[in-house]
Amino acid sequence: MSGPSTPPPPDVLTADAWARLESDPEFRALVAAKRRFILPATLFFVVYYFALPVLVGYFPRAMGRDVVGNVNIAYLFALSQFFMAWILMVMYVRRARAFDAQAERIASRAHAGGAR
Amino acid sequence: MTTSLLMFVAFVLLTLGITFWASRRTQTTAEFYSAGRSITGFQNGWAVAGDYMSAASFLGIAGLIAFYGYDGFMYSVGWLVAYLTVLLLVAEPLRNTGKFTMADVLAFRLKSPKVRTVAAISTLTVSLFYMIAQMVGAGSLVSLLIPQISFNLAIVMVGALMLVYVIFGGMLATTWVQIVKAVLLMMGTILLSLLVMYRFNFSFLQFFDAVAGVTGQVCAEGAVKDGVCPGGGAPITKDFTQPGLYYHGKWGPLSLISLGIALIFGTAGLPHILVRFYTVPSAIAARTSVVWAMILIGSFYIMTTFLGFGAATLVGKANIGLMKEGKIVPNQNLAAPLLAQEVGGEIFLSFVAAIAFATILAVVAGLTIASSSAFAHDIWFSVVKRGEGHDEKEQVRVARIAAALIGVLSIGMAIALRSLNVAFLVGLAFAVAASANVPAILLTLYWRRFNTTGMVTGMLVGLISSVVLIVLSPAVMGVDPPTAASRHLIQAAAIFPLDNPAVVSVPLGFLAAILGSLLSRDPVSEAAYSELNVRANTGLGAV
Repeated sequence: MSGPSTPPPPDVLTADAWARLESDPEFRALVAAKRRFILPATLFFVVYYFALPVLVGYFPRAMGRDVVGNVNIAYLFALSQFFMAWILMVMYVRRARAFDAQAERIASRAHAGGAR
Repeated sequence: MTTSLLMFVAFVLLTLGITFWASRRTQTTAEFYSAGRSITGFQNGWAVAGDYMSAASFLGIAGLIAFYGYDGFMYSVGWLVAYLTVLLLVAEPLRNTGKFTMADVLAFRLKSPKVRTVAAISTLTVSLFYMIAQMVGAGSLVSLLIPQISFNLAIVMVGALMLVYVIFGGMLATTWVQIVKAVLLMMGTILLSLLVMYRFNFSFLQFFDAVAGVTGQVCAEGAVKDGVCPGGGAPITKDFTQPGLYYHGKWGPLSLISLGIALIFGTAGLPHILVRFYTVPSAIAARTSVVWAMILIGSFYIMTTFLGFGAATLVGKANIGLMKEGKIVPNQNLAAPLLAQEVGGEIFLSFVAAIAFATILAVVAGLTIASSSAFAHDIWFSVVKRGEGHDEKEQVRVARIAAALIGVLSIGMAIALRSLNVAFLVGLAFAVAASANVPAILLTLYWRRFNTTGMVTGMLVGLISSVVLIVLSPAVMGVDPPTAASRHLIQAAAIFPLDNPAVVSVPLGFLAAILGSLLSRDPVSEAAYSELNVRANTGLGAV
């Protein structure tokens, strides 16, 4: 992800320079924005996923109840996991475009000034 | 069976052509380990799918569903949801901070050679377990599908081919073999699903009516024998749409949860999957790879419904096996091939057999390259030679020698273990990845306070606890009747009740990593977190 100009070799940045970049408000805003999406998303998918083995394992009879024909809750819930994963994936990819723009701005600023 | 031989030969010639083409583009370490980072996100998505969907999932899941109904489908679910962990937490920061191996990320701020050594050992353990399981599977599978080829010959053939791909073509050849395999696997699966649904007039309800007509029996404790349960009393009959035919009894639900933990966290710690993200040019391309991989993997595992239930209804559970002395010896791995024969005849059976062969080759090639980079890049150059010897030619030569050694070792082990049931090795690989690798990866990326002591204790506790618990579990221990086909390694009652140790070993791995960090201080590692954090999130300085 190098900018248009030749970037300085990253190794020349000192520990202080990295620390300054880390405390830069724009960088902190980026990390905070990512966390606001990733943390709840992770919690959600972990809870949604483990609901399946817990319900199927401990309440097999209730989960085995048919919904349409011989298609039961257990199968539909398992199938829903695939769509849950895909929907979360699309949501993340959309959100991540904004992260990319922010990251690009921070990176090119760092390239331009070495460390400010 | 001549058609399947022809298809095998066609696949082998195609992949050897790819290897020849790739070998001219494989001179530097970056080319050997990571295809010169020249793979696009879309291509890598197919390659990840090809690297991930092993014969165990193609034939194994179809068989599990065909024998036990709904419970087999639980595997399919976990195998896709696992990629959310990879997508949200691991792929992009890994791509931004690492170079060739999993250990690169861990050693980024924990500069100790101990870190690299332990990470490399864990990589080698996971990859070797996984590889031996695949090779033993390959031996029995190929000799089953083409009776002209013996078990040992099949293993030597698979091993020799994988070594040719890796040694001459490096990651570039491995990637394209995986892409070709993924395309074949998707084609075969879609075709098989359509042919199954054709039999049911493309009506899902009609299909499930047939599935509900298939039944199995379980006891609350133990296995059904001659229609009665061990404690006396009649077994419960369930149809195949009902949960509980595989996971039942006192420990059933917990086994299911433990399996879930191993699947959805273990994937993010499988070294051969992680190194795939170094083959693309950027973190954005790494994200695109996961997206395409999820689309492919998800579609494939949804279709296991048609493969597994299709075999249960159209072939019939009782007919899935090999005819021996007038009796059918059950064999789960044959569910998909026999279904192909039922709905598409001999030609389609040959096609499915060729796909299974391609599947094994693509996965073992990925495992070989991941373990050779762990050995050459992490142990040999970073620890033994202490980062000296930057001669590219020498590094690539060592990596090739490492690949050869690992390949020969796995061929030998597979032949030595041929008569044992090694299916548990795949579970073990996932459990070690989830318990040793994942805590280390997540904590190094997201916890400033994490340090070398924490990483070493966490990895060792995760690794040792999962191995010990598996050895004590019903996967290894058990008392077999003298006539049983698949004998347990240790003939004694199991001490640990669950097949999969993840529910215990993953928390233990995290706990040890956190406690180890809290009990020691490492200001260097904490200071270096700033650099890691900035790089992981912005891609600054990424190679």
